[in-house]
Amino acid sequence: MKIKQSISGLAAAISFGLCASVQATELEVTHWWTSGGEAAAVSEFAKAFDATGNKWVDGAIAGSGGTARPIIISRILGGDPMGATQLNHGRQAEELIEEGLLTDLTDLADKEGWRDFVNPSSLLDACTLDGRIYCAPVNIHSGQWLWLSHGAFKEAGIDVPQNWAEFVAAAPQLAEAGILPLAMGQQGWQQNLAFGTITVAVAGMEAWTEVSVNKNAEVAAGPVYKEVFEAAAAARELAKGSNVQDWNMATNLVITDKAGGQIMGDWAQGEFQVAGQVAGEDYTCLPGLGVNEILDTGGDAFYFPVVDDEETQKAQMELASLLVSPKVQVDFNLKKGSLPIRGDIDLSTANDCMQKGLKILAAGNVLPSGDMALSPDTQTQIEDLMAEFWSTDMSAADAQASYAAIIEDAE
Amino acid sequence: MILTVLVVFVGGTTWTVVHSFTKSKLLPKLNFVGLDQYERLWGTRRWLVSIENLAMYGALSLIFTLVIGFTLAALLDRKIRGEAVFRTIFLYPFALSFIVTGLAWQWILNPDLGVQQVVRDLGWTTFELNPLNNPETVMYGILVAGLWQGTGLIMVIMLAGLRGIDEDIWKAARVDGIGTTKTYVRIIIPMMRPVFVTALVLIASGIIKLYDLVVALTNGGPGLSSEVPAKYVINYMFRAQNLGQGFAASTMMLVSVAIILIPWAFLEFGGKKRG
Amino acid sequence: MADLNSDPQGPRPRRVFSRTNIMLYGTLIVVALYYLLPLYVMIATSLKGMPEIRLGNIFAPPVEVTFEPWVKAWSTACTGINCDGLSRGFWNSVQILVPSVILSIAIASINGYALARWRFKGSELFFSILIVGAFIPYQTMLYPLVIILREIGLMGSLWGLVLVHTIFGMPILTLLFRNYFAAIPEDLHKAARVDGAGFWGIYFRIMLPMSLPIFVVAMILQVTGIWNDFLFGVIYTKPDTYPMTVQLNNIVNSVQGIKEYNVNMAATLLTAAVPLLLYFVSGKLFVRGIAAGAVKG
Repeated sequence: MKIKQSISGLAAAISFGLCASVQATELEVTHWWTSGGEAAAVSEFAKAFDATGNKWVDGAIAGSGGTARPIIISRILGGDPMGATQLNHGRQAEELIEEGLLTDLTDLADKEGWRDFVNPSSLLDACTLDGRIYCAPVNIHSGQWLWLSHGAFKEAGIDVPQNWAEFVAAAPQLAEAGILPLAMGQQGWQQNLAFGTITVAVAGMEAWTEVSVNKNAEVAAGPVYKEVFEAAAAARELAKGSNVQDWNMATNLVITDKAGGQIMGDWAQGEFQVAGQVAGEDYTCLPGLGVNEILDTGGDAFYFPVVDDEETQKAQMELASLLVSPKVQVDFNLKKGSLPIRGDIDLSTANDCMQKGLKILAAGNVLPSGDMALSPDTQTQIEDLMAEFWSTDMSAADAQASYAAIIEDAE
Repeated sequence: MILTVLVVFVGGTTWTVVHSFTKSKLLPKLNFVGLDQYERLWGTRRWLVSIENLAMYGALSLIFTLVIGFTLAALLDRKIRGEAVFRTIFLYPFALSFIVTGLAWQWILNPDLGVQQVVRDLGWTTFELNPLNNPETVMYGILVAGLWQGTGLIMVIMLAGLRGIDEDIWKAARVDGIGTTKTYVRIIIPMMRPVFVTALVLIASGIIKLYDLVVALTNGGPGLSSEVPAKYVINYMFRAQNLGQGFAASTMMLVSVAIILIPWAFLEFGGKKRG
Repeated sequence: MADLNSDPQGPRPRRVFSRTNIMLYGTLIVVALYYLLPLYVMIATSLKGMPEIRLGNIFAPPVEVTFEPWVKAWSTACTGINCDGLSRGFWNSVQILVPSVILSIAIASINGYALARWRFKGSELFFSILIVGAFIPYQTMLYPLVIILREIGLMGSLWGLVLVHTIFGMPILTLLFRNYFAAIPEDLHKAARVDGAGFWGIYFRIMLPMSLPIFVVAMILQVTGIWNDFLFGVIYTKPDTYPMTVQLNNIVNSVQGIKEYNVNMAATLLTAAVPLLLYFVSGKLFVRGIAAGAVKG
């Protein structure tokens, strides 16, 4: 498999380097960006790719985790793969790489100097296995944001909090005014996201890294994480009575001033924008809960299944190069509402919250995302635990014990 | 064709069982680990909750679907006006994909948007209907939507069965002075035994495969309180990328189906020959 | 009463306003309301604009009726970069539906007939395996099927997909037909054999005409199942031939971004139109099945 890989990588590099023919090659691209804004962003890729004389054949399938992934994997296993596909980067593609099913992009990356401009570099690390690069990162999404409704706090007669502690302190007054302090969609991933955000804010980066990256179960069972679980249990009280499922329904509670705040990723911003709200006037966004201004750097990446056809291989390389190029990065990310993967481009047109995010990135206050640190299996187990913890009276100590056990077993 | 079907079902099942003894992650591999996956499975709270939920939902769903399905069919079979309209009304939910219908039910059962709010606005301010957000009642909420979707099909099957029964039977019953209800219970239902068996298998297989409905309505929540086995299997196969664990769970499901079906098959074929 | 045979059976209620009648229709109407409630919510929502939906009263009729969500769902909603809504996959779905339904029902009805009347060696084992097959969640068969289709070279083709639909329709359909045929009086079969009719003769001349209602049920099952199938359709075909449900999924199932509930509802109702039409039209066959059954008398 190793040999096959490097040969195909070599062949691709040669054909990319030598031929500059203008023959149109159709490349089927699978992704799960289907909402209005997402689709507009993808068209930027497609437009730029078509302009190179190739043809983007769109294979959109909505629903990342449970829906799109089995389809993508089946197609690759079936020996008749698409030309390129979106996948969460991180540990999810490792096995496909080991089986020699994904194309090695290292030669292209070296030639174009991806290592020099991709920021933070952890994005590229997530694409790397045994020193070889297998995917092209295209954007950054971060989960650690607290979204606050100005209207709700006004109604309760208090100032908008500037950090998590102030928010917790303000909660009783919100409740008195008949406002739900914390909106929370009753789904494991949302509860896990909130937990992760609280963890970074309370325990700090060091303890987080020790547990999530180094899988240190002792720290997970120790006093620092005890505080985390107690803070989470307190947050759980604030979210009592949040009877919604979808994350955007929860965001809608904040928009309509029915809830004080919500912990959600930067994608929540789109909802505020659509509702005609202005950052700083109608709502406030606090990265890292206003405590530790740190963001994780999850995001999306494209992988290129190994194919036999030389023309297709060439088109794959052209697409990979295009996805990370400066102009396409700007056009795509402005439409998508996410942050670009390059530190060297100008995004002055981005709005308030996006600028905050950019500043944090520039300062290097970043974490790898859970996708990169923990295996999907471990993440699912933690999500199950969080789902139970947030919706029952499970004690902080019990939850911590179960959590430590999961970290202990994690690979 | 028979051969293909056998190859797929027997082959596919064997393949699944074999891989349940491996630690396959994203891709199926033959790296055997013995019973590890099963040990983990039975030590997982989510799996135990799933089984409990399914047993409760299954029993209720089976009874209610059969009773409602048959009753509706019997009512429709009484030469009523507008049979086609009623039949279509009862059956249409079956055609709607649950991705979105689930949302309609979520809204109807939502305390702030749905029925509870409407009734409260009418004056009953203490009225409570909030099944989906209460771990104790969430399975009943799912049952309400499940019956809504599934009973129409059973009604149609029952109706087809009723249509296959000779008019003479009714005439004879009337001549003998047997009441309507009694005729149904004593004569018609026993005659429809094969139809009931079909309906039973259809309902039961639907229950075992229960997945879309839960995902659309609660996604297993609040917490783990509406998790079901098929969801566990699918989540672990594709979300958690732990094929071995997912296969172990699905093997357990198949084993329990076999335990119920084998005695039935003996009864059906072993006892009296009816062919 | 010349048309007695074409009517549904059961005792005939005598007076129009009898107590039984009021009970009967009363029950049916109350039950019908329960069945219609979600449909009402969906239709009302699909006719509202997004600002009205955000107000949050799901039972309120639309103040300003707009058909825009329907137009959008059918012809302009984006699924990825293709912004031509559900219309894109409609014909693909039809092309998948027709052969799959015909093939699966034809094979299953013959299977069921053979199992009910012409026992062969191993037929009971075969039947038992089929029944167990009805209980397997499709998703666990995904990878084995990919491997099988790859080996026989049907991966990615329409016929591969038809084969998959036929195989997964087999358990329930065979059971349905077998049990229906088993309930048809034995004497008829014996009489026909005495008259010299063979396997096919009996099937076409006696079984088929007598079992229209069950064919309708089978059709309802298959048309609904295959029309609404998403998973197999997307795995075993290519973007150019994706069925309509792929677009439906893409419209309603976006991970991020705004959820346009009105378009979602309209798209769902539009997708369901074909099976719904079938349910309504097939009503006629429900009655005629008995008329044909009169042959037996």
